[in-house]
Amino acid sequence: MSADIAWIDAAITAARPQAVGALLRYFRDLDTAEEAFQDACLRALKTWPANGPPRDPAAWLIMVGRNAALDGVRKRSRNTGLPSEEVLSDLSDQEARAADQVDAGDYRDDVLRLLFICCHPDLPATRQIALALRIVSGLTVKQIARAFLVSEAAMEQRITRAKREVAAGEVAFETPGAVERSERLAAVAAMLYLVFNEGYSAGDNPERAQLCGEAIRLTRLLLRLFQAEPEIMGLLALMLIQHSRTPARFDADGQVVLLDDQDRGLWDRKLVTEGLALIDKAMRHRRPGAYQVQAAIAALHARAATPADTDWAQIDALYAGLERLTPSPVVTLNRAVAVSKVRGAEAALEMIAPLEGRLSGYFHFHGLRGALNLELGRHAEARAAFDRAIALAGTAAQAAHIRRHLDRLMADHPAPAA
Amino acid sequence: MLYALLCYNDEAAVWAWDKAQDDEVMARLAVVRGKLEREGKLGPSLRLLPTTAATTLRKSDPPLVIDGPFAETKEQLLGFYIVDVADLDEAVAVAKELAEANPGGAYEIRPLALFNAGAPLRVEAV
Repeated sequence: MSADIAWIDAAITAARPQAVGALLRYFRDLDTAEEAFQDACLRALKTWPANGPPRDPAAWLIMVGRNAALDGVRKRSRNTGLPSEEVLSDLSDQEARAADQVDAGDYRDDVLRLLFICCHPDLPATRQIALALRIVSGLTVKQIARAFLVSEAAMEQRITRAKREVAAGEVAFETPGAVERSERLAAVAAMLYLVFNEGYSAGDNPERAQLCGEAIRLTRLLLRLFQAEPEIMGLLALMLIQHSRTPARFDADGQVVLLDDQDRGLWDRKLVTEGLALIDKAMRHRRPGAYQVQAAIAALHARAATPADTDWAQIDALYAGLERLTPSPVVTLNRAVAVSKVRGAEAALEMIAPLEGRLSGYFHFHGLRGALNLELGRHAEARAAFDRAIALAGTAAQAAHIRRHLDRLMADHPAPAA
Repeated sequence: MLYALLCYNDEAAVWAWDKAQDDEVMARLAVVRGKLEREGKLGPSLRLLPTTAATTLRKSDPPLVIDGPFAETKEQLLGFYIVDVADLDEAVAVAKELAEANPGGAYEIRPLALFNAGAPLRVEAV
């Protein structure tokens, strides 16, 4: 890609949520908005290299997209010719500024609305993510299909169906009130974290791993629009700190490396620094939320130079807070890891015992139970738990990780002959 | 004459670069920096985290702490270089070199009225 095209590509990608969001408000129809944006992009590719980039790419794309779509409508109804390229693209800076001023106040709600329609409650999580990646991020159906390891045709169908459901539902175009805005923000935050986790659990699928970067980009955008929202700061901090570990999370063979065994020198310090800065900012608001607490836990890991330096007592306390905010057996399971470091494996096992009913089908429950039993020298129990975990492993990496535990256990303490 | 070269660009685009893109630009800038350092013309230079990480203290009475940057602008201040050059022409020439290594956005070239080097900070490479 030449430097010019690369720059244009980056500018269009950055402007996309704002531009499609504004065009959606204008046309109140997703397909029309997307087509108008596509039109504007084609024109940008033609005119930007020659005329230089506009000062405000989003405003340019909105104006040109809007004009192009309106001309399309006119053309269909009266069959008059399209105006020449020069007329459409000759947006003076002044015009763009005017467009900008008119719309500036609406921009943030445009972007929020665009993200929010992807969170339609009738859509299952995977379809919400696919839809957001298609219409907000502008990834191609092919890219999304690769990330989810399905055929392009299947993904096309999934996205088309999702769009139809969204179109059938009510989309509120009037400016949202404060309560509605914060409800939208919460739904969008949850969806963005889903996108991140899709990427985070990608293992060695590089297409899917890129979703982490995409989720971070969209969350940064959201925070730029809603600067005083501590939970959005917390969410971004959480993503950044988790993502900072990416270079250390897999070994040369693609095997998972657990937090304790990771080479902390490989962690991306720039991402960690940004994450720590954000969690500091969020805490000043004294309005704790689940993302902030999880980010604070991640921050304690990030601040520890070695696993032995980890402030497990504080992590235990934070998980206790998280249990109050969002009670769930998985949170308790995570807390048990901290408890095992502070009060020992016995106490942790006691803590997770009541979870068995609800987590009996959960890989990590049996993995942790195996590890705790192993620590206590209860080899038969450890082996049984690891066997169960392997049977429930969702990825090859998870299975391989438990397999290594089992192999070591078998080598050190062979099973008694039956 | 001391000048600050203030780098402005759209941070939404810059902070969306993937690691390979970012490393590439940083490597090209490092070449220019290295040359300026060898010529004894480069003072401190730094890169700022995105404005989402910024906090602003408004000096009202009482002072007001708010989230975000001081000014909402299309392009944000992303970092700066302090250079010691003969005149404005040379400062512009340095900015051109940096611009070639890192296209897009703008450099504001501002002469310095005061320069305190401060104490040497023991900072980890950020």
